[in-house]
Amino acid sequence: MNDTAYAAERQPDPEEEQVLAVIETEIPALPRDEHQLIPSLQGIQNRHGYLPRGGLVMVARHFGLPASKVYGVATFYNQFRFNPPGRHPIKVCLGTACHVRGGDIVLENFERKLGIVEGETTADREFSLERVACVGCCALAPVVLVGEKVEAHVTPSKVEGVVTQVEIENEMAVRAAEREEQCHGKTD
Amino acid sequence: MARPTELLASLAAPARNEWGKIRQPERPLITVGNATCGRAAGSGDTIAGFREALAEKGIGADIRTVGCMGHCYAEPLVTIHYPGFPPLLYQKIGAGEARVLVNSFLVAGEDPCFEYLIGALEPNDTFPTLMDYPRYLYEKRLIMEHCGVIEPGSIDQYLAVGGYRALARALEQGGERVVEEITAAKLRGRGGAGFPAGIKWEIARNAAGTPKTVICNGDEGDPGAYMDRTLMESNPHQVLEGLAIAALAIGAERALLYIRAEYPLAVEMVEKAITDAGERGLLGKNILDSGFDLEVEVFKGSGAFVCGEETALIQSLEGKRGMPQHRPPYPAVVGLDGNPTVINNVKTLSTVPLIINHGSDWFRGIGTEDTPGTAIFSVVGEVEYPGLVEVPMGTTLRHLIDEICGGIAGGREFKAVQIGGPSGGCLPASELDTPIDFDSLRRAGAMMGSGGMVVMNDSACMVEVSRYFIDFTQKESCGKCTFCRIGTRHLLDILTDLTKGRATEEDLDELKELSAGIIKGSLCSLGKTAPNPVLTTMRFFMDEYLAHVRERRCPACMCRELTAYYIDLEACARGCDACVACCPTEAIFTTSNRKKAIDQEKCVKCGECVYACPPEYDAVRKVSPPYLVPDQGVVPLGKDEATEGGEDDA
Repeated sequence: MNDTAYAAERQPDPEEEQVLAVIETEIPALPRDEHQLIPSLQGIQNRHGYLPRGGLVMVARHFGLPASKVYGVATFYNQFRFNPPGRHPIKVCLGTACHVRGGDIVLENFERKLGIVEGETTADREFSLERVACVGCCALAPVVLVGEKVEAHVTPSKVEGVVTQVEIENEMAVRAAEREEQCHGKTD
Repeated sequence: MARPTELLASLAAPARNEWGKIRQPERPLITVGNATCGRAAGSGDTIAGFREALAEKGIGADIRTVGCMGHCYAEPLVTIHYPGFPPLLYQKIGAGEARVLVNSFLVAGEDPCFEYLIGALEPNDTFPTLMDYPRYLYEKRLIMEHCGVIEPGSIDQYLAVGGYRALARALEQGGERVVEEITAAKLRGRGGAGFPAGIKWEIARNAAGTPKTVICNGDEGDPGAYMDRTLMESNPHQVLEGLAIAALAIGAERALLYIRAEYPLAVEMVEKAITDAGERGLLGKNILDSGFDLEVEVFKGSGAFVCGEETALIQSLEGKRGMPQHRPPYPAVVGLDGNPTVINNVKTLSTVPLIINHGSDWFRGIGTEDTPGTAIFSVVGEVEYPGLVEVPMGTTLRHLIDEICGGIAGGREFKAVQIGGPSGGCLPASELDTPIDFDSLRRAGAMMGSGGMVVMNDSACMVEVSRYFIDFTQKESCGKCTFCRIGTRHLLDILTDLTKGRATEEDLDELKELSAGIIKGSLCSLGKTAPNPVLTTMRFFMDEYLAHVRERRCPACMCRELTAYYIDLEACARGCDACVACCPTEAIFTTSNRKKAIDQEKCVKCGECVYACPPEYDAVRKVSPPYLVPDQGVVPLGKDEATEGGEDDA
C-alpha cells in the first residue's frame, strides 16, 4: 500500500488536474446503481490509465456512498491502480510456470535496471513496473508484457534489451522530429 | 409454429454448405491459430508474413484465423488446405517460415515442407497423420473438439458443426427433462469442487424467487491454468449454448459471464458471440420461437483470486469487496440480489451441450464411474510438449506426463508435479500412478482444482515452491477470517526463513500446527486449502526441509541465499567474455590470467552466466551451501582476487 499512500500524498500535479477535469465531465453519465460501481471504475481506468484519488471521491459522491467504501472496493481488486502508468507499462508474469523458470529474477532485474520497485512508475513516466498473476502463456514462460506485446522466454539479459529497445525508439522519434523541424526551417 | 429443431435446421443448412466449401477449398486456404498464446508466440507476424509473400508471388489464397488447439509448444500453428493435398498442420511458423511455405509449397504445390510439418489432419497415403503421435492419439477431445478448427468469430461455423442443436433439443424437452439428463450423466462441476451440476440445478429450479440467474464462472485465477480462457476464446458459442441450457433448466431469465479482465480477447470473443447469437434468435427474446427469453451479459472481473468462490463472486457482482459469505444458504437458493443463482464453471457449461446431444449413457461411458467425462489440464513446466490436454477422467498422471506430454524436457529427472494451483499439492514420482479424478487426487493430498498442472524437474526446490504458493494465497486472502489472514502470513514468514536458511526445527512443527489451524478456522476453500502445498511438500519431501534447516543447504540449488556460483578455472577459457557481458550487476571480472571470476559480494545469483557460458566450456558451477565455493573467505574482493589468482597462475 506504500505506493498508494505515496500517490495520495503527492504534490498537486498539473497532469492529474487535467485528468480530474475530464473525469468530472464523465461522472454524470455514470449509472447510480451500486451493481455498476466496479464497471464504472473499470471504465475510468480504461480511459485514463489509473484511478486518481480525487476521481474516487467524485465517484463516491455520485453513487451516494462513503468515499471509504469506494476506496475499499477499488483497493480490494488487483486490477485497479492509483498512480499513473508509464508510457511503456511492463508487467512481469509471476504465475507458477514463470516462477519456476525464474520470473522473480526477471522482475528483480527490471527493478535494478529501471531504479524503481514493483508497483512504481519511473520519474519521467516512461516505464511502470508491475507483477501480474498469470497471463496464461505458461508454455512460453517466463513471459513479460511490454505494453500489449508479450515477450516470451525472457532471461535477465533480455531485460536490458527490452529497455534499450524502447530507449532507441524514443531517441529515433526525437531525431525524426528534429529533422522534420530542420526541413521546415529550410523551406521557411 | 415451427419447432425449435426445425427452425435451427433451417439456420444451419446454409452454414453447413458454406463450411463444406471452406473445408474443400478451390484455392489454398491458410488457417493460423490466433488466440492469446498464438499471438504471444508471434502469430501476428506469421499472418503478415503470409500476406506479404502471397502478394509478392501473386498467389490467390485465403487466410483465416482460428482459436487455439492447445498445442502451446508448437505455436504459431498453421494449417494449410491445398487442393489435392490433405489438410496439413505445421508448427512454429514465424514470418520467415511462412515465406518458405509460400515459395516452396503454395506456388506450385510441389514441396510441402516436411521440415515444419507435424502431420495431416486426415488419413491419407503420403503423410503421417496426427494420430501417429501419442500427444494426439491418447487425447480424447470432446469439449475442445472444435477449438482451433472453427473460427471463433463465426457463428455459422459453429452452426455447421452442429452448434445450438442441443439448445433446440432442450427447448423441446423442457427444463425438467434437462435437469434429469444432467443428473443422470453425473456431471460434476469442473471448477474444482466437483459438486454434481444436476443437483445444483435441481435445487435452483425448485427454489422460490425471481428473477433467477445463471452465471458462467470464467474468473480463472489459478496461476498456471488457462483452459477456460482457451474455451472462451476459441469456441465461445459452445459456452453460451451450455449457459442457455442451464438457464432453461432452472428457469432463469438472466445469464452473466464473469470473465477475468486480464482476458481481453476472451471478453471480445464472448461479446461478439452474444451479439451474433442474439441476431439469429438463439439468445434474447423468444429463443427459436419457443417463448423462452434470456438476456446475456458479460461482467469483467477485476482480478481477485477469491472471486472464483461462488459467494465472493456474487458480492463482487453487487459492487462490493469480493468476500465469501456463510453457506448455507447456498447461492442456488439465495444468490445474486437474494434470488436463486446457479454458478457453473466454463468447462462444466461447455460439456452440457455434449450431454444433451449424445445422452447421459454415452457420457457415463467415458471416464470413471464416479467422475464421468473428460478433464482438461494445462500441463506446463518442464515437459517436452506443454499445452492443454483433454483426457478421459481416470487417466494416470504417469500416462499424461510421460506419454502424452513427452516426458521431462532436456533429459532431466522428474521431481514433482503440482496439481490444482495454490489449493492443490505437489506429488512425487511415487504417486504418479494416481488416476486423475476428483476423489483419487484428494486422497493423494492434491486437488483437481481447475486443472493447472506444473511439472517440475530436479532443479525445483520444494520449499521454495510451497513458499511461492503461500505468498500467492497470502496476497489473495480477502482478510475476512483471522486464521487465513494472519495464519498464511506466519506460514509465509517461516517459509521465507527456511529459504534463507534462518529457520529451526521447531519452525517445522509450527508449520504443521498453523496449517491445521488455518484449515479449521477458514470459511471458504481459499483458506481451507491454502496449506495444501505446504502439507504435501512436507509429506513427500521432508528431507529437503531438513536440509534447509540442518545444513542450511538447498538440495536443488534454487534458494538464492543458500546457493552460490563460481567459475571453474580449469574449464574457463581465456579471452571468452560471454559471462562478463551478460552479468546484470557486473559481478564477473577478468582475472590477471584472463580467466573469469565472480565477486560473491556483487553476485545476485540470477544464473544468467550459466546460460551465457558456451557449452564447450561449461565452466560455471552452482553449489549449496555457499561456503562450498573454493577460495571463498580467503580473498573476498574482486581486485584482490584478480591479482592473487594471477600470482597463483604464475
